[in-house]
Amino acid sequence: MSNVLVLVDHTDNPGGTVRKTTAELLTIARRLGEPVAVFIGSDVQAALPALGQYGATKVIALSNPELSQYLVAPKAEALQQVAAKVEPSAILISSNAEGKEIAARLAVKLDSGLITDAVDVQAGDGGPVTTQSVFAGNFTVQAKVTHGTPIITVKPNAATPEVAETSPEVEEFDVTISDAAKTARITDSKPREATGRPELTEAAIIVSGGRGTGGDFGPVEAFADSLGAAVGASRAAVDSGWYPHAYQVGQTGKTVSPQLYVAAGISGAIQHRAGMQTSKTIVAINKDPEAPIFELVDFGVVGDLHKVLPTATEEVTKRKS
Amino acid sequence: MKIVVCAKFVPDATADRRFRSEDNTVDRAGVDGLLSELDEYAVETALTVKEAGDAEVTVLTVGPEQAADAVKKGLQMGADAGVHVLDDAIHGSDAVATSLILAKALAKLEADLVVFGMGSTDGGMGVVPAMVSERLGLPAVTLGSEVTVDGQTVRIRRDGDTASETIEGTLPLVLSVSDQANEPRYPSFKGIMAAKKKPVETWSLADLELTPDEVGGSSAWTEVVEVTARPPRSAGTIVTDEDGSGAAELVGFLSTNKFL
Ligand SMILES: Cc1cc2nc3c(=O)[nH]c(=O)nc-3n(C[C@H](O)[C@H](O)[C@H](O)COP(=O)(O)OP(=O)(O)OC[C@H]3O[C@@H](n4cnc5c(N)ncnc54)[C@H](O)[C@@H]3O)c2cc1C
Ligand SMILES: Cc1cc2nc3c(=O)[nH]c(=O)nc-3n(C[C@H](O)[C@H](O)[C@H](O)COP(=O)(O)OP(=O)(O)OC[C@H]3O[C@@H](n4cnc5c(N)ncnc54)[C@H](O)[C@@H]3O)c2cc1C
Repeated sequence: MSNVLVLVDHTDNPGGTVRKTTAELLTIARRLGEPVAVFIGSDVQAALPALGQYGATKVIALSNPELSQYLVAPKAEALQQVAAKVEPSAILISSNAEGKEIAARLAVKLDSGLITDAVDVQAGDGGPVTTQSVFAGNFTVQAKVTHGTPIITVKPNAATPEVAETSPEVEEFDVTISDAAKTARITDSKPREATGRPELTEAAIIVSGGRGTGGDFGPVEAFADSLGAAVGASRAAVDSGWYPHAYQVGQTGKTVSPQLYVAAGISGAIQHRAGMQTSKTIVAINKDPEAPIFELVDFGVVGDLHKVLPTATEEVTKRKS
Repeated sequence: MKIVVCAKFVPDATADRRFRSEDNTVDRAGVDGLLSELDEYAVETALTVKEAGDAEVTVLTVGPEQAADAVKKGLQMGADAGVHVLDDAIHGSDAVATSLILAKALAKLEADLVVFGMGSTDGGMGVVPAMVSERLGLPAVTLGSEVTVDGQTVRIRRDGDTASETIEGTLPLVLSVSDQANEPRYPSFKGIMAAKKKPVETWSLADLELTPDEVGGSSAWTEVVEVTARPPRSAGTIVTDEDGSGAAELVGFLSTNKFL
């Protein structure tokens, strides 16, 4: 069987906590061939159990510290060198900002086609067939790579992780990094504070607040916590400084596709819809019955979020206890 | 300093966007288009850098006939010159091919600083800046939400998924900026009039020493095999929160649908 490379997406601190997206990539890789995980970082041992649980047949470990110091160019060089050795039939990378940039460089280096933001990948006659949700979710397209090694970036939740225990061998891999790849560097980095809530892009439920919160995200956060949900925000709320940019949902924020999306005090502008309209179930609370968000909803409440959310939070908490 | 802003002409997101049935490519001829909004932030960044020092700003676009409007908008905002790469063979180019055309044009323009938007509003891949930087062998500093150019040093801040970072690079360099970077200016009447006199060059593939078989559908390394329009959503239930009943109905809905 052919090798399928999976770039492991993991936290840097602490060492090697493998993100759920990696389990999804490994699950997809098994449909296409033998999953070979590429781990860039210092603590491959910490990642090993998770990688084995989801079926990695081998783990290639790259621990050169220069790989993390200089943005993504060295990581792309490293992957190119791994690909030259392993000769994979496809390369799967998580669809986040860093992943897409690595994939972009790799596509040029390997003279290969690149598909980004796949929401599904299946084996086809001539290689992997991807599904993308495009134009703000208004179209679904099926695509494939026709030249080179298919490089595919995959969105969170594109597959349900399936366990397939293996005990992968670890192979240390020495990379050489060119001076050219070291020309832009990170001079300062402040980790984002943990909120204790699920990751926005991975969460099954998201409660988002917009300009209608008037700047008080308390009721949004409380309702989210009662449901075990992640918190999102509209750009209006982010631009007003009410919530950090990392939580923005939309065209220039995160695209999310949870089981349930609750929009509170959000009007439903096209750029916001672009990030959430593929959610399975959509609920909105808005005091304006004409708000465009109501065109999308499965359930809508015309009302003041400052009244509806706290009462709903109380009720949910009561039912759950 | 020579700054080149890459700017894409895209179908208007608030109007009808569709695909051509014959080859599954985006219909760019029969629909309203405009300068990708996200590239306005790139133009604004270039103009701000120019105003702080001494620079010439060129807007570069690759696209069909109407894409000239993207260049025009950049000139109206205050750019000095425009280049439009126009050639029928370009239709159907994927990101890899587009980056090749842009890289050739940028090399010809001898840019010191190349400024991109964070992503187009149609393909939205957000990969072209990195691809171009790779092809030109220049460093890239991407997704800047705050940008300063200080002599030869470019410094950006960006809010990533896991950290807020400061990144530094030295000119010549490729930069991409997010929509957090600034507030793009509107063209003034004076700007609109001045734009009419600014030089715009139209280049063919031959001007870039590229051949038709290196670009376009024929050398797109990806192929769209099927396009399906999303079925319309069926109308949902909407209740009005009178005397506080809204919350109970909401929770009832969540419970019925097993979200509790
Ligand atoms: C290039 C570009 C990119 C963009 N990218 C994004 C993006 O990624 N994400 C994004 O969200 N936006 C994005 N936008 C902005 C987008 O166009 C809208 O401006 C934004 O989504 C509006 O946010 P909002 O719905 O919170 O605010 P508004 O449109 O002001 O809506 C507020 C809503 O709250 C309701 N409301 C007010 N008070 C209450 C109350 N007490 N209770 C209940 N409801 C109340 C109002 O009726 C109204 O419908 C982008 C715009 C551009 C130009
Ligand atoms: C819905 C959809 C899905 C697609 N999926 C894929 C895919 O999976 N793989 C693939 O290879 N191609 C894909 N394409 C084609 C791809 O979008 C185009 O080839 C495009 O030229 C490059 O990608 P982008 O528009 O996504 O650019 P992005 O990488 O999002 O653009 C980033 C920036 O690059 C600059 N830029 C991009 N194009 C131009 C241009 N023509 N002229 C000047 N500046 C420019 C702008 O500054 C822009 O803000 C897709 C197109 C569409 C419409």
